[in-house]
Amino acid sequence: MTAAECLCKLSPGETLGEYALRLEEASGTPREKALEKLSGMLSVMESEVQNALHIPVHSISGLTGGDGCRYERYRVSGGSLLGEIPALATAYALSASETNAAMGRIVACPTAGSCGILPACVLAVAKVKGISREGQLLALAGAGLIGELIDEHASLSGAEGGCQAECGSAAAMAAGAVAQMLGGSPEAAFHAAAIAIKNQLGLVCDPVAGLVEIPCIKRNTGGVAIALSAADMALAGVESRIPFDDVVEAMNRVGKALPAALRETAGGGLATTKAGLAMKEKVYGET
Amino acid sequence: MGLFDIIGPVMIGPSSSHTAGAARLGRLVRRLAGQEIKEAVLHLHGSFAATYRGHGTDKALIAGLLDLPPWDERLRGSFALAEKAGLSYRFVPTDLGEEAHPNTVRFEVVCKDGTRHTVTGASVGGGQVEISEIDSLSVRFTGERPIIVCRHHDHPGVIAAIAGLLYEARINIGNMQVDRSRETHLAQMYLEIDSLPPPGLEEQIKALPGIQDAMILRPLEE
Repeated sequence: MTAAECLCKLSPGETLGEYALRLEEASGTPREKALEKLSGMLSVMESEVQNALHIPVHSISGLTGGDGCRYERYRVSGGSLLGEIPALATAYALSASETNAAMGRIVACPTAGSCGILPACVLAVAKVKGISREGQLLALAGAGLIGELIDEHASLSGAEGGCQAECGSAAAMAAGAVAQMLGGSPEAAFHAAAIAIKNQLGLVCDPVAGLVEIPCIKRNTGGVAIALSAADMALAGVESRIPFDDVVEAMNRVGKALPAALRETAGGGLATTKAGLAMKEKVYGET
Repeated sequence: MGLFDIIGPVMIGPSSSHTAGAARLGRLVRRLAGQEIKEAVLHLHGSFAATYRGHGTDKALIAGLLDLPPWDERLRGSFALAEKAGLSYRFVPTDLGEEAHPNTVRFEVVCKDGTRHTVTGASVGGGQVEISEIDSLSVRFTGERPIIVCRHHDHPGVIAAIAGLLYEARINIGNMQVDRSRETHLAQMYLEIDSLPPPGLEEQIKALPGIQDAMILRPLEE
């Protein structure tokens, strides 16, 4: 299915989230069951975005940790130059990603490495704007539908498509979810998603020492910033001049054109910088 | 892919293939053994061999052998739990050849009653796994649907007899593969079935003429 086909199939007034639940129902999962499952995941998300904000959480490798706490202290002191929602979402994304790196419990959405973006955006917006729990669950369902379309026409795996496939897809899902949650039309949700992907097109996957830490944790915060600005523009009526389906098609081609060294193999980019190699040696010893 | 392939699974980080998939592989081996495991040697191949310490793949595999699900927060402390449970283990980085998936592990385990098993499986992405070999039988078991594995004499009618039993139980076969060994003159087969087998089906299959050995593997209830 393409986004264009999806828009044709929507009933009047139906959101992407409602449509996603209708598709699940058709493939055997009743709406109530699907909402219950999403609710379980939302609860895990609620705890992962808080987990590393007040007690420093460190990764198994020792390479990362503590930044969620550091940023949260700064944020609550009123020093942040970002507005309330982006600052809160940045803190949330750091917390979720640090929790992931520290072998804590998270929801992969779409992947573990990009797990901070969707919960951070949905929960920060929901908290500040007072969105109902059902509104949040439907936002996750809408995000899932966007992810399914990307999976069908491009990839969600860093090993196949680089970081654009992971954090890029997560940001697209988050942008669409936020647009939907704040009353944007399904068209606006797809414009938000398209803008988010465009701003991460070609982003490489170059994890230091092959671990889901550097730069993954901070790329989650980058994804948040891009997702929120894309949703904001779409809610203002700004459209992506290149439609979502074309953007995803470009994403697929760009992913295939990326050299293997920049697709999760730790063979290039930040992974092979002087500092990156030194950290690899610290973790694994001389190789 | 459906909605819950994109949103989810709930898992312990940091990587769906290096932790969630690894934990599921370990758990499938534990389920296969059907009892506590006392000793395990884990041969790690490819990316598993290169990054298992940094990703916590080692902790996840051991957690699985202890029957912890991939979302259990005790996964991080599985080594201490193993010590308490009397499970000794060792990791051996190895090269299983170019054919092997980069995230492959070969388990050699000794169970509480002394039974030994060798199981090879791979974490194939997004937390999904595939067991390719159980005690030298080639299989394709993803842990999602039950499979029947058997070794039988290569005569006409053996497969029909198994299919007959499944028909009587109104169980549909989703996938099957038959193969034969030149050395032993035995055929081996695995069948993926769409619904859970009734109690006693394994014994009924074993009792069929021509069947050397049979085993039913149930999906992981997650």
